[in-house]
Formats: sequence, structure tokens, C-alpha cells
Amino acid sequence: MATIQEIVSRETPLAPGHRMCAGCGISPIVNTVVAASDKPVIIANATSCLEVTTTIYPFSAWKIPWVHLTFENAAAVASGIETAYKSLKKRGKITDDVNILAFGGDGGTYDIGFQALSGALERGHKFMYVVYDNEGYMNTGNQRSGATPFGASTTTVPAGTHSFGKPQWRKNIVEIAAAHRIPFTAQAAVHNLLDLYNKAKKGFGADGPAFMAVLQPCTTNWHYDSELTIAYSRLASETNFWPLYEVENGKVHINYKPKERKPIEEFLKGQRRFKHLFKPENKHVIEEMQKMIDEEWERLLQLEAAQVRF
Amino acid sequence: MSVTKPLTGAQATAEAMRQINPDVVVAYPITPQTPVVEFFSEFVANGIVDTETIPVESEHSAMSATVGAAAAGARAMCATSSQGLALMWEVVAATPGLRLPIVMPVVNRALSAPINIHCDHSDSMGAATIGWMQIFSENAQEAYENMFLALKIAEHPDVLLPAMVLQDGFITSHGVENVKVLGDGIVKAFVGDRNPDRYLLDVKHPYTIGPLALPDYYFEIKRQQEEAMINAKRVYLEVGNELSRLTGNKYPYFEEYRTDGAEAVIVVLSSAAGTAKDVVDELRNEGKKVGLIKPILFRPFPYKEMREALVKFAVVGVLDRSMSFGSYDPLYADIRNSLFESERKPKLQSYVFGLGGRDIFKSEIRQVFNELLSGNLDSEHHKYIGLRG
Ligand SMILES: Cc1ncc(C[n+]2csc(CCOP(=O)(O)OP(=O)(O)O)c2C)c(N)n1
Ligand code: SF4
Ligand SMILES: [Mg+2]
Repeated sequence: MATIQEIVSRETPLAPGHRMCAGCGISPIVNTVVAASDKPVIIANATSCLEVTTTIYPFSAWKIPWVHLTFENAAAVASGIETAYKSLKKRGKITDDVNILAFGGDGGTYDIGFQALSGALERGHKFMYVVYDNEGYMNTGNQRSGATPFGASTTTVPAGTHSFGKPQWRKNIVEIAAAHRIPFTAQAAVHNLLDLYNKAKKGFGADGPAFMAVLQPCTTNWHYDSELTIAYSRLASETNFWPLYEVENGKVHINYKPKERKPIEEFLKGQRRFKHLFKPENKHVIEEMQKMIDEEWERLLQLEAAQVRF
Repeated sequence: MSVTKPLTGAQATAEAMRQINPDVVVAYPITPQTPVVEFFSEFVANGIVDTETIPVESEHSAMSATVGAAAAGARAMCATSSQGLALMWEVVAATPGLRLPIVMPVVNRALSAPINIHCDHSDSMGAATIGWMQIFSENAQEAYENMFLALKIAEHPDVLLPAMVLQDGFITSHGVENVKVLGDGIVKAFVGDRNPDRYLLDVKHPYTIGPLALPDYYFEIKRQQEEAMINAKRVYLEVGNELSRLTGNKYPYFEEYRTDGAEAVIVVLSSAAGTAKDVVDELRNEGKKVGLIKPILFRPFPYKEMREALVKFAVVGVLDRSMSFGSYDPLYADIRNSLFESERKPKLQSYVFGLGGRDIFKSEIRQVFNELLSGNLDSEHHKYIGLRG
């Protein structure tokens, strides 16, 4: 098994000089996932922060083959690449083996790209789809997505005198992906690169589609000091807000169980999107959030204990 | 060298695709295009072609997967109609900017609402300004041959643009005709392999396709796309000449039918041109000086050549099978535009016919010719053919 030193010393697919915000969590996710492949990787990228910050023509930060088409179709583009790969290989037109990887933001995955993702998973293409999840449409300035957490203030559902922010819980994209009965699904986060690497390795090695949701705190729109990205990611799993787990061949395995889960306030405080929750009139929102997190964690523990296949 | 087979237009298209044997074909059903991908899928199921197919979950993904496959280095195709073309429009519009030579058969069908599965040209006309070549086919034979023509032009290094090959829904796609089919080997030699100089699966030469271009570069990229369109007009004739040697048919920008010495001429696309030719024959027998022009290459539009052809006539009636609401109808607008530079202009009349699959009858076309010859025309307003009330 690779050590973190070995992983970070590999050549990265992203050259320095891309335009991500200082402290953005996306590039370590990309570099780590690609490092886990033992074959050349081809990337299909949805319109998103990752796309706009890495390929401002005539420059490209990508040292590996990369395509962007539109916002909602990275999974469909990846199906086309995978099928082309099978065809050209069969016809003797190419010889190299490759891994095919799709990257999308949460908006491009949970929302507008959901159908294309589901279709590609159902068809069983051999590729991995990674959503880097910053819980909102960040490239366009912090709008609500299906991944935005309960209570968060966004520009399309702002907190105000008649609103505490998003009134719905987020979609469970990992379980939805797992319900396609694909061989590998996982939830990871940017603070634990070794865990991410190991999951990416399993994903590339899977005999069929693999799916990963990776938490990526967004310094600009969650609005916190840029050196705190990793700290917030860690707090997300220490509070059970974002459990690290995987679903391998349908069976749930939790990769990290906090000895004592921290209260959700620890994750919320210091982020502008949750600032309003600390007003006395919104106390109930935090309480409800805590309750939901604890119930969801219980349910996850039961899923793991039951070992009933997805 | 060729054999004659009774085929529908859709079957003829699938037959052309079988002979091209693309690396990847992406399938999604929509009437009246469906039989194209059905017939092709049958070839795959029976091992007649070894193309890899992707039965996607929507047309948006159909075009997306086709683009993914083409960017990866494959010769890739999908086919559609109407609502399908509308749904995939976002990706259709993005494709020419990526300079991917994708050929897409489009079986023309009316656009909703009201929903209607029958023929008109409102689907592809809506996509006539976004950088795809458009080649119209009158019948199954042309639908078959135009696939080879389109493929070779699209993949030409001076072009590298996508192309739609159009045929009329049901009228052509579901009508059986005798189609002269070339030998498989002849087609294979003609279309060769796609040899892109850059592609994703060439992992030793990584490349970025589909970047963000800001105001400092976007404009130049679009200008290059237009240069490619200009080149396509030249390459169309070159490839047409090559194909002529195999089929014995000609591939002009437009067909002129009995226009020698004609006073009144009708301009009409696709299957209705077949009906109109019959009427031209009848009227010619009656001594009337009438003829027909059938545009084939619609994008890029051959303005100069069209002008040179049209100035010979006293009066021209343009029959559109779609409307361009609030402006001149699409074919009429181009015909009208083509005459601007000319001192001498024929009188013009715009007509709309056949929306939502309404039939056009010979008697109606005859009446159009009579009207054109009578001189009672208004170039600023269209008239309707076959409309009640
Ligand atoms: C069809 C379409 N609708 C909307 C947009 C505008 N848009 C581009 S990126 C984006 C947000 C992306 O959010 P997400 O997928 O979460 O990625 P992030 O920006 O957070 O990296 C939006 C709304 C678009 N490009 N295309
Ligand atoms: S806006 Fe957020 S997600 Fe986007 S580059 Fe900046 S920090 Fe990263
Ligand atoms: Mg996002």
C-alpha cells in the first residue's frame, strides 16, 4: 500500500498556475484520484470550477488527455470515450490501456447531470465518476444545489427574515449511485488523501462503473480563512456530517468512526453560509440538523452491520 | 458494381451506416428516425457490423456520447428528429466549435407544440445557423449517397465540421424505393478510416479539448469555424466529383430541373421536389416555360451560384416547409438574400406548405405555377398552400 509521501511525490496531472482560489480543495482531490491509476487517465470534465480554472485558452493546466463539453453530460461523454476505447482497441487502432474518469461538481452531478449519470451507471460503462462536492454552484457564485445542506444560506435561497436558508436535507447521491448496483461507490473527503487514494484505486479496479463523492470545502463561498480547508473537511467527518464510507459490491463499510462525534456547531461555526444559524431564533435549525445527522449515522451503522447488499 | 434493393429512406441510411461501419453508433428512438437506429442495431446484433453501440437514455446524452467518442478518436454517429434534435441542441451547438466531424442523419419532423410526428423542416431549420453543414435529400437514394458525401467532407482536413444529412420524415424515411446500393468494398475504399491528428486516446500526446475561451480568443476561434464552412463549399464539389465516379450521379449545390428557358421556377427542398418535378413535366408538355430548383447543400449556402442561376428567370416561387416566425421563412430568406448583389432580379413569392405533415398535391403546385406566371405577387408576404380557411 502506498504511503502518503509516495502518492504526493508522483507526477500530478495538474500543472501549477491554474486559477483555483488559494486554499481550494479541488486540486488535491484531482491529483490524488489520478495518482491512484496505474494506467494513463482520460478525463471528461463537466462545466464547473475545475473546468474554468484549468483551461483558460490558450493555456491548459492538464498534462493528461482532457475534454469538456457542457455542464450536465460528463457521464455521457465518458460513456462515449469508453465505447470508443473498446471499439478502437477491438479494431486494433490503438494499443494503450487507459482508465476513464469523469469529474463533475455537485451541481453537475446531483442536479443537472443526474440523468446522464444514472444512464451511464445503468449501462455499466467501465469508468469512474467523481463528484467533488462543495455543496453548491460555486463557479457561478454560491447558488443552491441538491447537495447544499439543510440550513445553508445561498444566493438563490438566502437566509432572511422569513428564511433560515435551505429548508431541505441534501440528496444522498452515494446511496443513489449504489442503488444502480454498480461494483464500487464511496464517500471520501479532501482531508484524508490516503483514504481517497485507496478508494480511487478500488474504483479504477472495479469491474464496471465506480462512483465517488468527495467533500471539498470551498474557501470562497463557504467563506472561511483559506488555510482552514482541511480543518473543515476533517470536522465534517468528525461530526458525522460527512461520514467516510464505501459500498463495495453492494456492502457498506464505514472507513472512519469518530470515537466521540463532535457537535455539529463545530463544523458550522466560522462559515458565512451558516452564520445566521447562530442567531437565537434559528436555534431549532441547528437542533434539527444535529438530530438528522445522528439518525443518518445510526442508519449507516445499521446498513454496515446488516451487510445486506444494495 | 451496385445492386438495386427495395429500401425505405431509413433503411437506406442504415445501409449506408452499415457500409461505413463506424467505430461507435449511439442510439435513441424518436419517430420517424427510429428505424435508422433499429435497422443498424439489428446489423450489430447479427454480427454484420462490429460497431460498438451505446443505447443511451436521452438525445442529450446521445449527442454527448457521440462527441465523447469522436473526441476520443472514433468515427461516431447518432441520428435524430424533431424533439430529439431540440433536446440535444445545446450539444449540437457545441460540436462545431470542437471541430469534430460527426455525421448525423436527421429525419425531418415537425416541432412541438402541438406535438406532431409528421414531416416538416422546423426541426433542422432551427439548427441551421450553428455551424453544422446541412445536406438535404429528396429520396432514399439521395439519403443513402449523401451519407458518404457528408462523411468525406466533414472529415476533410480543410473542413472538420459536423454535418446533418436530412430526409423527410415518413414520406422518405418510411416509403420504399428501389435504391442502388454500392458494393461494400467500394464504399469502404471511398470512406477509408478516420485519421484524426489529435485525439484523447492518443495518450502519449495528451491534449485538451473544450477549454474556456474568453473575449480575447473566442472570436478568432469562431472565425476559424467560418473559414472551415467556406472551405466546405469547395470540398463539397471535390468530394462530389469523386463520388460521381462511383455512382454515376452528380452532386451539385442544387439541382436544376428543366430550367432551360424557364420563366417561372419553384425552389423547394427534399421530397416535395419530386412531386414538383412531375408538375413541371406536365406543364412543359402543355408548353408552359416552368422549371424547378432543388437546393441540396443548404449549409453552407451557395449564394453566388444560386444568384447566377436565379437571375435567368422572370419569377421565382420559394416553397418553405417551415416558418421562421416573425421573419421571412428560412429558405425564402436565403433565396432573397442571394439576389441582393444582382441588378436584375426575378420577381419573388414566398409560400409555406406541408407543416405537420400536411400533404402537398400536384394540383396545388400547378396552381402555384399559374400564380407565378400570372404575376400577382407580393415579395414581402408569404402565401399558404393547402391551408384551410
Ligand atoms: C446548461 C447550463 N446551465 C447553466 C450553466 C451555468 N453554470 C455553469 S457552472 C455552474 C455551476 C456549477 O456548479 P457545480 O457543478 O457544483 O460545480 P462548481 O462550480 O461548484 O465547481 C452553472 C450554474 C451552464 N454552463 N450550462
Ligand atoms: S470558488 Fe470555491 S470551489 Fe471554486 S475554485 Fe474557488 S474555492 Fe474552489
Ligand atoms: Mg459545486
